[in-house]
Amino acid sequence: MTRLNLTCVASAMALLAATPALAETITVEAGEGAQERLQEALILAGEGDEIVLGAGRFALTDGLSLDVDGVTLRGAGMDETVLDFTTQQGAGEGLLVTSDNVTLRDFALENPKGDGVKSKGADMIVYSRIRVTWTNGPDPDNGAYGIYPVESTGVLVTGSKVSGASDAGIYVGQSRDITVRNSIVEANVAGIEIENSRNALVENNIATRNTGGLLVFDLPNLPVMGGGNVILRQNLVVDNDTPNFAPPGNIVAGVRRGTGILVMANDSVLIEHNLLENNPTAHVMVIAYTQPFDDATYNPYARNVVVGENHFGRGGDDPQLDGGEMLVAAFGGALPPVMWDGVVEDGNGLTVVDGVQGWTLNLTTPGQDLATAKPAPLNVAEPSFVFDYDSVGAPAALAARLKP
Amino acid sequence: MNWRNALVLVAAAASLGAAALAAPLRAPVMVDDVAVSETRLPRKLSDFGFFSDPAAQVPAANVTPYRLNVPLYSDGADKLRFLYLPAGTQARSMGEDLLDLPVGAALIKTFAFGEGADRRLVETRVLLHRSDGWLALPYRWNDDQTDAALAVAGARIDLATPRGEAISYRIPNKNQCKECHGLNGAVVPIGPKGRNLSADWLGHMVGAGKLDTMDDGMDTMPLWESRDTMPASQMARAYLDVNCAHCHRPGATASNSGLDLRLEQRDAQAIGIMKRPVAAGRGSGNLLFDIVPGKPDQSILLHRMASPEPGVAMPELGKATVDQDGVDVVERWIAEMKPAA
Repeated sequence: MTRLNLTCVASAMALLAATPALAETITVEAGEGAQERLQEALILAGEGDEIVLGAGRFALTDGLSLDVDGVTLRGAGMDETVLDFTTQQGAGEGLLVTSDNVTLRDFALENPKGDGVKSKGADMIVYSRIRVTWTNGPDPDNGAYGIYPVESTGVLVTGSKVSGASDAGIYVGQSRDITVRNSIVEANVAGIEIENSRNALVENNIATRNTGGLLVFDLPNLPVMGGGNVILRQNLVVDNDTPNFAPPGNIVAGVRRGTGILVMANDSVLIEHNLLENNPTAHVMVIAYTQPFDDATYNPYARNVVVGENHFGRGGDDPQLDGGEMLVAAFGGALPPVMWDGVVEDGNGLTVVDGVQGWTLNLTTPGQDLATAKPAPLNVAEPSFVFDYDSVGAPAALAARLKP
Repeated sequence: MNWRNALVLVAAAASLGAAALAAPLRAPVMVDDVAVSETRLPRKLSDFGFFSDPAAQVPAANVTPYRLNVPLYSDGADKLRFLYLPAGTQARSMGEDLLDLPVGAALIKTFAFGEGADRRLVETRVLLHRSDGWLALPYRWNDDQTDAALAVAGARIDLATPRGEAISYRIPNKNQCKECHGLNGAVVPIGPKGRNLSADWLGHMVGAGKLDTMDDGMDTMPLWESRDTMPASQMARAYLDVNCAHCHRPGATASNSGLDLRLEQRDAQAIGIMKRPVAAGRGSGNLLFDIVPGKPDQSILLHRMASPEPGVAMPELGKATVDQDGVDVVERWIAEMKPAA
């Protein structure tokens, strides 16, 4: 009987899912009254509707927001449809999304006063070919994040482009089941940052001219902690040499100019098949959380971090580190590609495949004074930790949504 | 015709019927319960019948004015608050927390600038308690001050604040209502908490049968007018609770910041003391911690309160000017705080 009931429920659900949605397409063009017309369309949209933005420049004075499930917001292309926030007077971001199953595609935001697009508690979201640009280049007065999904499950960012963010170009925080791929992050403080998040796949991106290219962090005193299970692969991480322009006080203000990939206080991170070139401080840096903290539930150690096969080009030759010149001289002209602080929780710190060169600060405790470091060549075991490739990334349904 | 147009038609027919019924009865003005509970998006404020004299803000039957001990700052707007309870219904006391208001109830708040004959009604925001939850809608007053029209997309209006600052005043759009009123995915009222309502008013409501009882914890927030004589810590915590905690609390818009400014939060770090910012960006103002005891000028929280600049200013919405009185109270509180050992 129980089985029969379940079957009934299942077929009823299948029926519901099969019912064609009475979705509408609403077109909004640039021009007079764009703020009101576009915001009204975002509010009055029904579930499943598509809002189409015409080509052109939308002059906006206030942040926009979307709170209807299943809506697609589509422009005519990331260079054709521009939401221009240069004269924004209010709100903390250009566009705020707070509903589920939303698709954002083919448009740009320029010069938002705060963040670019923020999606909070917005599960199963797709960002496709979205451009966020601060047109004046690196500047501490630019907004913090370009693309900013937070507290969400199911996030796909693809084909997007962010430059000028005074924190991170693409920042995924306190979220799960994430893919960031095929995107370009240039001239931000951090290119792509995965923070306090789990099951993230970062692949096939280009991170260049940032202060730091790809960052994986776990921070204390947040509603969601325990970040980990992250794979960074097949990314081009080159020329990340922009001096740090983050306003002090932000965690990324501590990122050294010239960092390719930075892992701080995280569990299970795999770095493989990336191409790293001209990251003058370090191609790969693996460290514990460096600040004092008061949070019994927080683990400050970097655990189970694996550096696999990568292509390491020139790098580590102009490190932004105390005593950097002496270190470079001691290592014969350039620091080896992998820099580790040496801090291990319980025999589960960093491992690297055979042939990967590195160096360690030989510290023992999170937050230990750098002056007490005893730099030496890296000598760690080969990886034994096994990653489950199927456990990272956004649900396949998100990429499927983009198929014609 | 799609289903949504059909709904609008049905709703329009329903309000037409109600208007026809109400028309011959000149007084007293009764609130239209269909508009409050059913009409999808009433187009005009007058559709509700909350006022017997809208321009003078004289409430209709069963619409009761109230004030809060500590109000939310909105560029110095004069705020006229009303609670509508349908005849025969009653609010329930939840102690210090939000009054439990029945389905069919409404909260109405009119924002006005100017004194006496110069007073201009700018907008009226309504919160309607419907069977499927609360609905928040903004209405913009017309130039003749005869009625206000639904402004789902919000608006900007040039006006002068009581201190004479010329500002572009922002009427929030319907979604922005939710940015402050959203809690765990639902829209909820913010203002009428037992602790922030006066015992006099609560007693009057009990006497009129509109509130079931009074409880401990009610009327515990000090009056904002007493801010210069009351302890700074008490005033500041009350101010932050009322002005910030609808977003800065678990389950609300700024939950991911980890900052929890509710009055009941006792953890020092959670309320910002020596807490590092998470996503402040340039809002940090080159400072390291939300609150540094004894050091107001090193506290991000105060820095953002004291800024009118978008992207830095807190609150993010409903603020074009700095609330200097609020800044003063919080500054005094931080200055008096003992530095950590």
